[in-house]
Amino acid sequence: MSTPAPEENRKDSMAENAATPADATAAVKRGPSVATRERRQGSINPSGETPYLVVQDLTVKFPTVDGVVSAVNGLSYSVPLGRTLAIVGESGSGKSVSSMAVMGLHDRKRTRITGSISLGGDEIVGLSEHDLMKIRGDAVSMVFQDPQSSLHPLYTIGNQLVEAYRVHHHVSKDAAKKRALEMLDLVGIPNPVRRFAQYPHEFSGGMRQRAMIAMSLINDPKLVIADEPTTALDVTVQAQILDLLNNLQKEFGSAIVLITHDLGVVAEMADDVLVMYAGRCVEYGTAEDVLAHPRMPYTWGLLESIPTVSAASERLRPIKGLPPSLLNLPSGCSFNPRCPYKDRVKGERCLTELPELLPVDGAGAHTSRCHLHDKASIYEAEVAPRLG
Amino acid sequence: MSDISSDALRPVDQAPSQGETLLQIRDLKMHFPIKEAAGLGRTKKVVQAVDGVSFDLRAGGSLGLVGESGCGKSTTGRMITRLLTPTAGQILFKGKDIAQLKERELRPFRRQLQIVFQDPYSSLNPRQTVSNIISTPLRVHNLVKKGKELERVQELLERVGLNPEHHNRYPNEFSGGQRQRIGIARALAVEPEVIIADEPVSALDVSIQAQVMNLLEDLRRDLGIAFVFIAHDLGVVRHFCDNVAVMYLGKIVEQGSRDQIYNAPQHPYTQALLSAAPDLGTIRGVPPKERIRLVGDVPSPIDPPSGCRFRTRCWKAEDICATQEPLLEIKPQSGPGHTAACHFAEPKVDLTAVTA
Repeated sequence: MSTPAPEENRKDSMAENAATPADATAAVKRGPSVATRERRQGSINPSGETPYLVVQDLTVKFPTVDGVVSAVNGLSYSVPLGRTLAIVGESGSGKSVSSMAVMGLHDRKRTRITGSISLGGDEIVGLSEHDLMKIRGDAVSMVFQDPQSSLHPLYTIGNQLVEAYRVHHHVSKDAAKKRALEMLDLVGIPNPVRRFAQYPHEFSGGMRQRAMIAMSLINDPKLVIADEPTTALDVTVQAQILDLLNNLQKEFGSAIVLITHDLGVVAEMADDVLVMYAGRCVEYGTAEDVLAHPRMPYTWGLLESIPTVSAASERLRPIKGLPPSLLNLPSGCSFNPRCPYKDRVKGERCLTELPELLPVDGAGAHTSRCHLHDKASIYEAEVAPRLG
Repeated sequence: MSDISSDALRPVDQAPSQGETLLQIRDLKMHFPIKEAAGLGRTKKVVQAVDGVSFDLRAGGSLGLVGESGCGKSTTGRMITRLLTPTAGQILFKGKDIAQLKERELRPFRRQLQIVFQDPYSSLNPRQTVSNIISTPLRVHNLVKKGKELERVQELLERVGLNPEHHNRYPNEFSGGQRQRIGIARALAVEPEVIIADEPVSALDVSIQAQVMNLLEDLRRDLGIAFVFIAHDLGVVRHFCDNVAVMYLGKIVEQGSRDQIYNAPQHPYTQALLSAAPDLGTIRGVPPKERIRLVGDVPSPIDPPSGCRFRTRCWKAEDICATQEPLLEIKPQSGPGHTAACHFAEPKVDLTAVTA
């Protein structure tokens, strides 16, 4: 996995129009600059590398009888090849919905998608079903949470792998079988020849997820979306699968979007982290930035509510209340009804004005959406000691 | 949430004194028979879901049962509450064996041993109001006078942090975390001394999970209820339990106090479990130097390996492991009360990240 790029690199490639670091800083001083705007739009990635997937200002809405559900509101992020972005959030925060949009999996009749999703420069929002079929499973593939229900129970594993390959490659069945066996071997399934002819129910949970991963990688995709890939698995098997994903990424060099609610998994896997709340990105940066130097009360709340294996905490500090209804988002910052720090912002800005996603230290690639002025000092003085 | 004093539910003088052993489980076994077609005839095989589990639970204590799916932790919980009748073994509640009691004789004990289930969606009857769900155990055990039921239900709802005005609602009107609170209120209704919590927070979101965990802690502290806490999440167990028993394929492989298990585990399986748990500490502190990765899956409990059941996945396994089953016993290096079932038990530290 690639290490975070050095400071110079990042600023160099931050935007073509900000050629030198000095320019970039100057631009920032002028208020929301070009660089800031670009970053907000997701064309800048925390790593500074050229991204493969760029999502800009994505919104996904579902009209229902009760009103319009705003599942994703103006989400922007980007992932370069060879890097892993983890999207974290609670259920209903829009993390799965946004990635299903990247796969073009939403029912067109029931969904309104706006914004832009580009894969290696090609726009995919608004593509016809026919064109999407060419991308799906080839350039982008998905690993689902529950391998039990995402594999077809009536076809052998081998059959499903061969089909996935032949849809995108005009080769003979034998050639496809050879490729499928190769993949089964690669994902660590013992005795591939025998396993090839077996049905999903003959596989254990971990083996099924391996087969699922084999299928998603068989066409050598540039982008893999893994939606809670290990949530249904036991902890020792989970560790195996995470290692496998890490190793395969090194080999294939693909970009991975990892959707999860488990911050432990994020800490082990991710290069970049995006925290979602009520359909919006509330904090975005490298894993080190977001998990070790978080700058948003919701992220603090998440970190404080988790009991970890490495430290025995005294008492958990849960986030009060419940996530808001997506039918009727609170005015201002969506997190304000649950935020213990909102009183520290002058006026009632938290209640009236939606904070923008701005760099936490004025310039860097670590952004958060919060009105608080002294986020760094509040975190260091109050939150960090409680985390131990 | 915890603003009501404990004596609202249980007079202080009735609270069991700390330290008295409430529950003694002795060599508990559950074998489920299965029928499988074999040629023309049928074979009779058994799934050895739980095969000889023993532990003690003190009043007000909390014991964590951890292990992967299929290790028998939930089955153990269901036997203790006698939702299942054990194949063999004893469940001594205050000295009285309830393992084979008939339903009639069991009634008074049911009041003392309650269970909270994992899935708050399937464990509440969708066609009953909350008030009905919570008052049914009250009526069954004749705990309140007619006309006083609603008052008691509202008191319980408030105790678990729900709005008492919502007693007339149906489960579908509540979120997952709130439903779990209803399940807890139902268990509390009969003033139990022991609650078996079977993965009570696994189905909940992180922030809600912490709310429910804190509620359970308050109940334990204020009402002196003892908990058997069944979970696969090692972080949650570390947070909640004083004592921990690690299960593998129907047997306890290691047992000890929280610090013994987490800081100096002796059984290779415990070490592997701890090492495999994804840990937030790796990014905020110093990651562990060494990672243990098990290969393969848990073997079938229909035909468990001979000798030590863990030997097929164990990196320390030698010939003796296949022939001789290791006993759960105190090892030379272990502290008081710390037992492990392994021929090559050896404490290992530094398995989790070091923070601060």
